[in-house]
Amino acid sequence: GSGGFRKRKHDNFPHGQRREEKENVNPSSAMMMSFKSFQLELDTRHDKYERLVKLSRDITIESKRTIFLLHRFTSVPNGEEVLNESEVKLDAVRRKIKQVAQELIGEDMYQFHRAISPGLQEYVEAVSFQYFIKTRSLISLEEINKQLIFTAEDREETTNTTANSHDKQPHTWSLKVTPVDYLLGVADLTGELMRLCISSVGNGDIDTPFELSQFLCQIYDGFTFIGNTGPYEVSKKLYTLKQSLAKVENACYTLKVRGSEIPKHMLADVFSTKTELIDQEEGLS
Amino acid sequence: PAFTALQGVLTADQDIREEIRKVVQALEQTAREILTLLQGVHQGAGFQDIPKKCQKAREHFGTVRTQLESLKTKFPADQYYRFHEHWRFVLQRLVFLAAFVVYLESETLVTREAVAEILGIEADRERGFHLDIEDYLSGVLILASELARLAVNSVTAGDYSRPLRISTFINELDSGFRLLNLKNDSLRKRYDGLKYDVKKIEEVVYDLSIRGLNKEAAVGAGGEK
Repeated sequence: GSGGFRKRKHDNFPHGQRREEKENVNPSSAMMMSFKSFQLELDTRHDKYERLVKLSRDITIESKRTIFLLHRFTSVPNGEEVLNESEVKLDAVRRKIKQVAQELIGEDMYQFHRAISPGLQEYVEAVSFQYFIKTRSLISLEEINKQLIFTAEDREETTNTTANSHDKQPHTWSLKVTPVDYLLGVADLTGELMRLCISSVGNGDIDTPFELSQFLCQIYDGFTFIGNTGPYEVSKKLYTLKQSLAKVENACYTLKVRGSEIPKHMLADVFSTKTELIDQEEGLS
Repeated sequence: PAFTALQGVLTADQDIREEIRKVVQALEQTAREILTLLQGVHQGAGFQDIPKKCQKAREHFGTVRTQLESLKTKFPADQYYRFHEHWRFVLQRLVFLAAFVVYLESETLVTREAVAEILGIEADRERGFHLDIEDYLSGVLILASELARLAVNSVTAGDYSRPLRISTFINELDSGFRLLNLKNDSLRKRYDGLKYDVKKIEEVVYDLSIRGLNKEAAVGAGGEK
Protein backbone atom coordinates (compact mmCIF):
# COMPACT_ATOMS: atom_id res chain seq x y z
CA GLY A 1 0.00 0.00 0.00
CA SER A 2 2.38 2.70 1.20
CA GLY A 3 5.11 1.54 -1.16
CA GLY A 4 3.04 2.42 -4.20
CA PHE A 5 2.14 5.74 -2.67
CA ARG A 6 5.76 6.70 -2.07
CA LYS A 7 6.70 5.83 -5.59
CA ARG A 8 3.99 8.02 -7.04
CA LYS A 9 4.99 10.91 -4.83
CA HIS A 10 8.58 10.82 -5.97
CA ASP A 11 7.66 10.62 -9.62
CA ASN A 12 5.98 13.95 -9.14
CA PHE A 13 9.23 15.56 -8.18
CA PRO A 14 10.06 18.18 -10.80
CA HIS A 15 13.83 17.78 -10.78
CA GLY A 16 15.33 15.32 -13.22
CA GLN A 17 18.91 15.67 -12.13
CA ARG A 18 18.13 14.80 -8.54
CA ARG A 19 18.53 11.07 -8.87
CA GLU A 20 22.10 11.17 -10.11
CA GLU A 21 23.22 13.41 -7.35
CA LYS A 22 21.82 11.01 -4.79
CA GLU A 23 24.41 8.44 -5.73
CA ASN A 24 27.04 10.46 -3.95
CA VAL A 25 25.45 9.55 -0.66
CA ASN A 26 27.24 6.77 1.10
CA PRO A 27 24.59 4.25 2.20
CA SER A 28 26.61 3.18 5.23
CA SER A 29 27.42 6.63 6.59
CA ALA A 30 26.62 7.34 10.21
CA MET A 31 23.62 9.43 9.24
CA MET A 32 22.18 6.76 6.96
CA MET A 33 22.71 4.12 9.62
CA SER A 34 20.77 6.10 12.17
CA PHE A 35 17.96 6.70 9.69
CA LYS A 36 17.79 2.97 9.14
CA SER A 37 17.24 2.50 12.84
CA PHE A 38 14.59 5.25 12.78
CA GLN A 39 12.84 3.38 10.00
CA LEU A 40 12.70 0.28 12.14
CA GLU A 41 11.48 2.18 15.16
CA LEU A 42 8.75 4.03 13.28
CA ASP A 43 7.58 0.92 11.47
CA THR A 44 7.34 -0.99 14.73
CA ARG A 45 5.33 1.81 16.28
CA HIS A 46 2.99 2.11 13.29
CA ASP A 47 2.45 -1.64 13.16
CA LYS A 48 1.46 -1.75 16.78
CA TYR A 49 -0.87 1.18 16.21
CA GLU A 50 -2.53 -0.61 13.30
CA ARG A 51 -2.97 -3.80 15.30
CA LEU A 52 -4.63 -1.79 18.05
CA VAL A 53 -6.93 -0.01 15.61
CA LYS A 54 -8.04 -3.37 14.30
CA LEU A 55 -8.67 -4.71 17.79
CA SER A 56 -10.57 -1.54 18.62
CA ARG A 57 -12.81 -2.00 15.58
CA ASP A 58 -13.55 -5.58 16.57
CA ILE A 59 -14.38 -4.44 20.09
CA THR A 60 -16.70 -1.77 18.71
CA ILE A 61 -18.54 -4.19 16.44
CA GLU A 62 -19.01 -6.87 19.09
CA SER A 63 -20.13 -4.29 21.67
CA LYS A 64 -22.69 -2.89 19.23
CA ARG A 65 -24.05 -6.37 18.65
CA THR A 66 -24.34 -6.91 22.37
CA ILE A 67 -26.34 -3.72 22.66
CA PHE A 68 -28.69 -4.82 19.88
CA LEU A 69 -29.13 -8.12 21.65
CA LEU A 70 -29.91 -6.40 24.94
CA HIS A 71 -32.61 -4.32 23.29
CA ARG A 72 -34.51 -7.56 22.82
CA PHE A 73 -34.57 -8.09 26.58
CA THR A 74 -37.92 -6.37 27.12
CA SER A 75 -39.67 -7.86 24.13
CA VAL A 76 -39.01 -11.55 24.72
CA PRO A 77 -40.50 -13.69 27.49
CA ASN A 78 -37.22 -15.30 28.59
CA GLY A 79 -35.09 -12.31 29.43
CA GLU A 80 -32.67 -14.46 31.41
CA GLU A 81 -31.52 -16.13 28.24
CA VAL A 82 -30.81 -12.79 26.59
CA LEU A 83 -28.79 -11.70 29.58
CA ASN A 84 -26.76 -14.89 29.56
CA GLU A 85 -26.09 -14.54 25.89
CA SER A 86 -24.98 -10.95 26.35
CA GLU A 87 -22.61 -12.09 29.08
CA VAL A 88 -21.03 -14.56 26.67
CA LYS A 89 -20.64 -11.82 24.09
CA LEU A 90 -19.10 -9.42 26.57
CA ASP A 91 -16.65 -12.11 27.62
CA ALA A 92 -15.55 -12.32 24.02
CA VAL A 93 -15.13 -8.56 23.93
CA ARG A 94 -13.06 -8.72 27.09
CA ARG A 95 -10.79 -11.28 25.49
CA LYS A 96 -10.14 -8.73 22.74
CA ILE A 97 -9.46 -6.09 25.37
CA LYS A 98 -7.04 -8.52 26.93
CA GLN A 99 -5.13 -8.57 23.66
CA VAL A 100 -5.11 -4.78 23.68
CA ALA A 101 -3.76 -4.83 27.22
CA GLN A 102 -1.07 -7.26 26.13
CA GLU A 103 -0.02 -5.00 23.30
CA LEU A 104 0.28 -2.20 25.80
CA ILE A 105 2.47 -4.00 28.33
CA GLY A 106 5.48 -1.82 28.94
CA GLU A 107 4.06 0.98 26.80
CA ASP A 108 2.65 4.35 27.66
CA MET A 109 -1.04 3.72 27.16
CA TYR A 110 -1.70 7.30 26.11
CA GLN A 111 0.66 6.98 23.18
CA PHE A 112 -1.83 4.63 21.57
CA HIS A 113 -4.94 5.97 23.19
CA ARG A 114 -6.41 7.32 20.00
CA ALA A 115 -6.29 3.87 18.44
CA ILE A 116 -8.27 2.17 21.18
CA SER A 117 -10.49 4.89 22.57
CA PRO A 118 -13.50 4.30 20.25
CA GLY A 119 -13.59 0.60 21.10
CA LEU A 120 -13.34 1.20 24.82
CA GLN A 121 -16.16 3.74 24.72
CA GLU A 122 -18.40 1.30 22.94
CA TYR A 123 -17.50 -1.38 25.47
CA VAL A 124 -18.39 0.97 28.32
CA GLU A 125 -21.70 1.59 26.62
CA ALA A 126 -22.44 -2.12 26.26
CA VAL A 127 -21.35 -3.13 29.72
CA SER A 128 -23.19 -0.28 31.42
CA PHE A 129 -26.32 -1.06 29.44
CA GLN A 130 -26.24 -4.64 30.60
CA TYR A 131 -25.55 -3.52 34.15
CA PHE A 132 -28.50 -1.16 34.04
CA ILE A 133 -30.86 -3.88 32.85
CA LYS A 134 -29.67 -6.14 35.64
CA THR A 135 -29.51 -3.71 38.54
CA ARG A 136 -31.26 -0.52 37.40
CA SER A 137 -28.23 1.50 38.39
CA LEU A 138 -25.13 2.99 36.85
CA ILE A 139 -21.98 0.93 36.77
CA SER A 140 -18.98 2.72 38.24
CA LEU A 141 -15.63 3.21 36.54
CA GLU A 142 -13.99 1.07 39.23
CA GLU A 143 -16.43 -1.73 38.57
CA ILE A 144 -15.62 -1.67 34.85
CA ASN A 145 -11.88 -1.62 35.44
CA LYS A 146 -12.15 -4.50 37.91
CA GLN A 147 -13.31 -6.72 35.06
CA LEU A 148 -10.35 -5.71 32.94
CA ILE A 149 -7.65 -7.32 35.02
CA PHE A 150 -6.25 -10.28 33.19
CA THR A 151 -4.15 -13.26 34.15
CA ALA A 152 -1.71 -15.30 32.15
CA GLU A 153 -4.02 -18.33 31.72
CA ASP A 154 -5.03 -19.35 28.20
CA ARG A 155 -2.07 -17.50 26.86
CA GLU A 156 -1.62 -19.63 23.74
CA GLU A 157 -4.39 -18.00 21.81
CA THR A 158 -2.80 -14.60 22.11
CA THR A 159 0.92 -15.33 22.02
CA ASN A 160 1.25 -14.51 18.34
CA THR A 161 0.19 -10.93 18.94
CA THR A 162 2.66 -10.38 21.73
CA ALA A 163 5.63 -12.15 20.23
CA ASN A 164 7.38 -8.89 19.53
CA SER A 165 6.01 -6.70 22.27
CA HIS A 166 7.98 -7.69 25.33
CA ASP A 167 9.97 -10.57 26.64
CA LYS A 168 9.07 -10.38 30.27
CA GLN A 169 5.39 -10.97 30.86
CA PRO A 170 3.90 -10.26 34.25
CA HIS A 171 1.35 -12.71 35.62
CA THR A 172 -1.48 -10.25 35.66
CA TRP A 173 -1.96 -7.09 33.76
CA SER A 174 -4.80 -4.72 33.32
CA LEU A 175 -6.26 -2.08 31.13
CA LYS A 176 -7.74 0.99 32.71
CA VAL A 177 -10.58 2.76 31.02
CA THR A 178 -9.86 6.47 31.38
CA PRO A 179 -12.40 8.70 33.13
CA VAL A 180 -13.05 10.52 29.88
CA ASP A 181 -13.70 7.33 27.91
CA TYR A 182 -16.03 6.27 30.71
CA LEU A 183 -17.93 9.54 30.55
CA LEU A 184 -18.27 9.39 26.78
CA GLY A 185 -19.43 5.78 26.97
CA VAL A 186 -22.03 6.65 29.58
CA ALA A 187 -23.23 9.58 27.46
CA ASP A 188 -23.80 7.13 24.61
CA LEU A 189 -25.61 4.83 27.01
CA THR A 190 -28.30 7.44 27.51
CA GLY A 191 -29.17 7.19 23.82
CA GLU A 192 -29.70 3.47 24.23
CA LEU A 193 -31.82 4.03 27.31
CA MET A 194 -34.00 6.42 25.38
CA ARG A 195 -34.58 3.74 22.77
CA LEU A 196 -35.28 1.24 25.49
CA CYS A 197 -37.84 3.59 26.97
CA ILE A 198 -39.73 4.07 23.73
CA SER A 199 -39.74 0.38 22.88
CA SER A 200 -40.82 -0.69 26.34
CA VAL A 201 -43.94 1.43 26.00
CA GLY A 202 -44.59 -0.37 22.77
CA ASN A 203 -44.65 -3.57 24.80
CA GLY A 204 -47.20 -2.18 27.20
CA ASP A 205 -44.64 -1.72 29.95
CA ILE A 206 -45.73 1.39 31.82
CA ASP A 207 -43.28 1.37 34.74
CA THR A 208 -39.96 1.24 32.90
CA PRO A 209 -40.31 4.65 31.23
CA PHE A 210 -40.69 6.39 34.57
CA GLU A 211 -37.73 4.54 36.02
CA LEU A 212 -35.68 5.46 32.99
CA SER A 213 -36.73 9.06 33.15
CA GLN A 214 -35.50 9.26 36.71
CA PHE A 215 -32.25 7.49 35.92
CA LEU A 216 -31.51 9.66 32.91
CA CYS A 217 -32.24 12.73 34.94
CA GLN A 218 -29.58 11.64 37.45
CA ILE A 219 -27.04 11.10 34.72
CA TYR A 220 -27.89 14.44 33.22
CA ASP A 221 -27.39 16.10 36.58
CA GLY A 222 -24.04 14.38 36.84
CA PHE A 223 -22.95 15.70 33.47
CA THR A 224 -24.11 19.22 34.24
CA PHE A 225 -22.11 18.97 37.45
CA ILE A 226 -19.01 18.21 35.42
CA GLY A 227 -19.92 20.90 32.92
CA ASN A 228 -16.95 22.11 30.99
CA THR A 229 -14.35 20.79 33.43
CA GLY A 230 -13.90 17.86 31.10
CA PRO A 231 -12.58 17.93 27.57
CA TYR A 232 -14.46 19.29 24.61
CA GLU A 233 -15.95 15.95 23.54
CA VAL A 234 -17.75 15.58 26.84
CA SER A 235 -19.48 18.94 26.59
CA LYS A 236 -20.39 18.12 23.01
CA LYS A 237 -22.23 14.99 24.15
CA LEU A 238 -24.14 17.00 26.69
CA TYR A 239 -26.33 18.41 23.95
CA THR A 240 -27.37 14.98 22.63
CA LEU A 241 -27.89 13.84 26.17
CA LYS A 242 -30.33 16.66 26.74
CA GLN A 243 -32.29 15.64 23.65
CA SER A 244 -32.53 12.04 24.82
CA LEU A 245 -33.69 13.18 28.21
CA ALA A 246 -36.35 15.41 26.65
CA LYS A 247 -37.69 12.53 24.59
CA VAL A 248 -37.98 10.28 27.61
CA GLU A 249 -39.60 13.01 29.68
CA ASN A 250 -42.10 13.71 26.92
CA ALA A 251 -42.87 10.02 26.73
CA CYS A 252 -43.59 9.91 30.45
CA TYR A 253 -45.71 13.01 30.14
CA THR A 254 -47.81 11.44 27.40
CA LEU A 255 -48.22 8.28 29.43
CA LYS A 256 -49.41 10.26 32.39
CA VAL A 257 -51.85 12.42 30.48
CA ARG A 258 -53.25 9.90 28.07
CA GLY A 259 -52.80 6.87 30.28
CA SER A 260 -55.82 7.68 32.36
CA GLU A 261 -58.16 8.09 29.43
CA ILE A 262 -57.07 5.53 26.91
CA PRO A 263 -57.61 1.81 27.39
CA LYS A 264 -54.31 0.02 27.98
CA HIS A 265 -54.44 -2.07 24.84
CA MET A 266 -54.63 1.06 22.66
CA LEU A 267 -51.85 2.89 24.38
CA ALA A 268 -49.15 1.34 22.29
CA ASP A 269 -50.72 2.76 19.14
CA VAL A 270 -50.95 6.26 20.53
CA PHE A 271 -47.36 6.00 21.49
CA SER A 272 -45.96 4.74 18.26
CA THR A 273 -47.41 7.72 16.38
CA LYS A 274 -46.00 10.03 19.00
CA THR A 275 -42.49 8.64 18.66
CA GLU A 276 -42.66 8.88 14.90
CA LEU A 277 -43.32 12.55 15.33
CA ILE A 278 -40.27 12.91 17.52
CA ASP A 279 -38.13 11.05 15.03
CA GLN A 280 -39.28 13.36 12.26
CA GLU A 281 -38.35 16.38 14.31
CA GLU A 282 -34.97 14.87 14.87
CA GLY A 283 -34.50 14.37 11.16
CA LEU A 284 -35.15 18.04 10.55
CA SER A 285 -32.66 19.38 13.02
CA PRO B 1 -21.94 10.49 43.69
CA ALA B 2 -19.75 8.77 41.10
CA PHE B 3 -19.73 12.00 39.20
CA THR B 4 -18.26 13.89 42.13
CA ALA B 5 -15.21 11.64 42.06
CA LEU B 6 -14.91 12.02 38.31
CA GLN B 7 -15.17 15.75 38.57
CA GLY B 8 -12.32 15.68 41.05
CA VAL B 9 -10.20 13.68 38.63
CA LEU B 10 -10.94 16.10 35.81
CA THR B 11 -10.16 19.13 37.92
CA ALA B 12 -6.85 17.61 39.00
CA ASP B 13 -6.12 16.99 35.34
CA GLN B 14 -6.79 20.60 34.49
CA ASP B 15 -4.47 21.74 37.26
CA ILE B 16 -1.66 19.62 35.87
CA ARG B 17 -2.21 21.05 32.41
CA GLU B 18 -2.13 24.55 33.81
CA GLU B 19 1.20 23.88 35.51
CA ILE B 20 2.64 22.38 32.35
CA ARG B 21 1.51 25.37 30.31
CA LYS B 22 3.38 27.72 32.61
CA VAL B 23 6.67 25.87 32.21
CA VAL B 24 6.15 25.51 28.47
CA GLN B 25 5.68 29.25 28.19
CA ALA B 26 9.02 29.82 29.90
CA LEU B 27 10.61 27.28 27.57
CA GLU B 28 9.20 29.07 24.56
CA GLN B 29 10.72 32.28 25.82
CA THR B 30 14.18 30.70 26.12
CA ALA B 31 13.82 29.12 22.69
CA ARG B 32 13.05 32.52 21.19
CA GLU B 33 16.11 33.99 22.83
CA ILE B 34 18.34 31.26 21.40
CA LEU B 35 16.78 31.72 17.99
CA THR B 36 17.39 35.47 18.05
CA LEU B 37 20.99 34.80 18.98
CA LEU B 38 21.52 32.34 16.13
CA GLN B 39 19.69 34.49 13.59
CA GLY B 40 22.82 36.66 13.63
CA VAL B 41 24.61 34.20 11.39
CA HIS B 42 22.48 35.22 8.43
CA GLN B 43 23.88 38.73 8.38
CA GLY B 44 27.14 39.56 6.67
CA ALA B 45 29.09 40.30 9.80
CA GLY B 46 27.65 37.27 11.59
CA PHE B 47 29.68 34.79 9.56
CA GLN B 48 32.85 35.78 11.32
CA ASP B 49 31.82 34.99 14.86
CA ILE B 50 29.77 31.83 14.45
CA PRO B 51 31.75 30.01 17.16
CA LYS B 52 31.07 32.81 19.63
CA LYS B 53 27.36 32.71 18.87
CA CYS B 54 27.27 28.94 19.30
CA GLN B 55 29.08 29.31 22.58
CA LYS B 56 26.46 31.75 23.84
CA ALA B 57 23.63 29.54 22.59
CA ARG B 58 25.05 26.61 24.48
CA GLU B 59 24.97 28.67 27.65
CA HIS B 60 21.26 29.31 27.09
CA PHE B 61 20.69 25.59 26.82
CA GLY B 62 21.59 25.48 30.50
CA THR B 63 18.37 27.40 31.18
CA VAL B 64 16.50 24.98 28.93
CA ARG B 65 17.78 22.07 30.97
CA THR B 66 16.59 23.65 34.22
CA GLN B 67 13.19 24.38 32.71
CA LEU B 68 12.78 20.87 31.33
CA GLU B 69 13.85 19.54 34.71
CA SER B 70 10.97 21.43 36.28
CA LEU B 71 8.57 20.26 33.56
CA LYS B 72 9.32 16.67 34.52
CA THR B 73 8.04 17.26 38.02
CA LYS B 74 4.65 18.55 36.88
CA PHE B 75 3.06 15.25 35.91
CA PRO B 76 3.37 11.51 36.65
CA ALA B 77 6.38 10.07 34.85
CA ASP B 78 4.39 7.29 33.18
CA GLN B 79 1.91 9.67 31.55
CA TYR B 80 4.25 11.39 29.12
CA TYR B 81 2.01 10.92 26.11
CA ARG B 82 -1.06 12.05 27.94
CA PHE B 83 0.31 15.59 28.02
CA HIS B 84 2.66 15.30 25.08
CA GLU B 85 0.75 17.83 22.95
CA HIS B 86 1.57 20.62 25.37
CA TRP B 87 5.32 20.56 24.87
CA ARG B 88 5.55 18.95 21.45
CA PHE B 89 5.88 22.18 19.55
CA VAL B 90 8.47 23.78 21.78
CA LEU B 91 10.49 20.58 22.04
CA GLN B 92 10.69 20.41 18.24
CA ARG B 93 11.92 24.00 18.16
CA LEU B 94 14.54 23.17 20.76
CA VAL B 95 15.70 20.13 18.78
CA PHE B 96 16.06 22.39 15.78
CA LEU B 97 18.06 24.95 17.74
CA ALA B 98 20.37 22.32 19.18
CA ALA B 99 20.79 20.76 15.74
CA PHE B 100 21.55 24.17 14.27
CA VAL B 101 24.24 24.86 16.85
CA VAL B 102 25.82 21.47 16.28
CA TYR B 103 25.67 21.98 12.51
CA LEU B 104 27.33 25.38 12.74
CA GLU B 105 30.03 23.97 14.96
CA SER B 106 30.84 20.75 13.18
CA GLU B 107 28.66 20.57 10.02
CA THR B 108 27.23 17.25 11.13
CA LEU B 109 23.75 16.10 12.00
CA VAL B 110 23.22 15.96 15.70
CA THR B 111 22.28 12.47 16.86
CA ARG B 112 19.16 11.85 18.85
CA GLU B 113 21.25 10.93 21.87
CA ALA B 114 23.27 14.12 21.59
CA VAL B 115 20.17 16.34 21.41
CA ALA B 116 18.72 14.57 24.39
CA GLU B 117 21.92 15.29 26.25
CA ILE B 118 21.96 18.96 25.26
CA LEU B 119 18.37 19.26 26.48
CA GLY B 120 19.06 17.26 29.61
CA ILE B 121 16.46 14.59 28.83
CA GLU B 122 16.54 10.91 27.86
CA ALA B 123 16.73 9.45 24.37
CA ASP B 124 14.90 6.36 25.51
CA ARG B 125 11.31 6.22 26.75
CA GLU B 126 12.03 3.65 29.42
CA ARG B 127 14.37 5.92 31.29
CA GLY B 128 12.11 8.89 31.91
CA PHE B 129 11.20 12.14 30.21
CA HIS B 130 12.41 11.48 26.71
CA LEU B 131 12.66 12.88 23.23
CA ASP B 132 10.07 11.28 20.97
CA ILE B 133 11.52 10.16 17.67
CA GLU B 134 8.94 12.06 15.63
CA ASP B 135 9.76 15.26 17.48
CA TYR B 136 13.45 14.71 16.80
CA LEU B 137 12.78 14.20 13.11
CA SER B 138 10.54 17.27 12.94
CA GLY B 139 13.26 19.37 14.52
CA VAL B 140 15.74 18.08 11.94
CA LEU B 141 13.36 19.10 9.16
CA ILE B 142 13.15 22.63 10.54
CA LEU B 143 16.95 22.66 10.37
CA ALA B 144 16.77 21.85 6.65
CA SER B 145 14.73 24.99 5.92
CA GLU B 146 17.10 27.07 7.98
CA LEU B 147 20.07 25.71 6.04
CA ALA B 148 18.42 26.55 2.72
CA ARG B 149 18.23 30.09 3.95
CA LEU B 150 21.81 29.98 5.19
CA ALA B 151 23.01 28.82 1.76
CA VAL B 152 21.49 31.90 0.15
CA ASN B 153 22.88 34.27 2.75
CA SER B 154 26.36 32.83 2.74
CA VAL B 155 26.58 33.59 -0.99
CA THR B 156 25.53 37.16 -0.28
CA ALA B 157 28.22 37.36 2.36
CA GLY B 158 30.79 36.12 -0.16
CA ASP B 159 31.21 32.62 1.27
CA TYR B 160 30.91 30.45 -1.85
CA SER B 161 32.00 27.17 -0.35
CA ARG B 162 29.37 26.83 2.34
CA PRO B 163 26.43 26.22 -0.04
CA LEU B 164 28.26 23.26 -1.52
CA ARG B 165 28.78 21.72 1.88
CA ILE B 166 25.18 22.43 2.82
CA SER B 167 24.09 20.77 -0.41
CA THR B 168 25.96 17.57 0.42
CA PHE B 169 24.52 17.58 3.91
CA ILE B 170 20.93 18.15 2.77
CA ASN B 171 21.21 15.48 0.10
CA GLU B 172 22.26 12.96 2.67
CA LEU B 173 19.45 14.06 4.93
CA ASP B 174 16.98 13.68 2.09
CA SER B 175 18.21 10.15 1.39
CA GLY B 176 17.83 9.40 5.06
CA PHE B 177 14.26 10.58 5.18
CA ARG B 178 13.44 8.58 2.09
CA LEU B 179 14.15 5.44 4.06
CA LEU B 180 11.27 6.20 6.37
CA ASN B 181 7.72 5.02 5.84
CA LEU B 182 5.85 7.99 7.18
CA LYS B 183 2.21 8.00 8.08
CA ASN B 184 -0.06 10.73 6.86
CA ASP B 185 0.55 12.99 9.84
CA SER B 186 2.23 16.26 10.67
CA LEU B 187 5.71 14.77 10.24
CA ARG B 188 4.82 13.65 6.71
CA LYS B 189 3.53 17.12 5.93
CA ARG B 190 6.74 18.67 7.10
CA TYR B 191 8.81 16.11 5.23
CA ASP B 192 6.96 17.07 2.05
CA GLY B 193 8.49 20.52 2.46
CA LEU B 194 12.02 19.10 2.44
CA LYS B 195 12.08 18.84 -1.34
CA TYR B 196 11.64 22.59 -1.64
CA ASP B 197 14.63 23.16 0.62
CA VAL B 198 16.65 20.71 -1.47
CA LYS B 199 15.54 22.51 -4.62
CA LYS B 200 16.46 25.91 -3.23
CA ILE B 201 19.95 24.77 -2.30
CA GLU B 202 20.43 23.10 -5.67
CA GLU B 203 19.56 26.40 -7.33
CA VAL B 204 22.17 28.19 -5.28
CA VAL B 205 24.79 25.58 -6.21
CA TYR B 206 23.75 25.88 -9.85
CA ASP B 207 24.11 29.66 -9.80
CA LEU B 208 27.57 29.31 -8.35
CA SER B 209 28.73 26.65 -10.79
CA ILE B 210 27.65 28.40 -14.00
CA ARG B 211 29.70 31.37 -12.89
CA GLY B 212 32.67 29.27 -11.97
CA LEU B 213 32.34 30.41 -8.39
CA ASN B 214 32.26 26.89 -7.00
CA LYS B 215 35.80 26.20 -8.29
CA GLU B 216 37.01 29.36 -6.71
CA ALA B 217 35.38 28.20 -3.51
CA ALA B 218 36.98 24.76 -3.70
CA VAL B 219 40.41 26.31 -4.18
CA GLY B 220 39.74 28.83 -1.46
CA ALA B 221 38.72 26.10 0.92
CA GLY B 222 41.73 24.05 -0.07
CA GLY B 223 39.44 21.17 -1.03
CA GLU B 224 39.55 18.82 -4.01
CA LYS B 225 40.21 20.14 -7.50
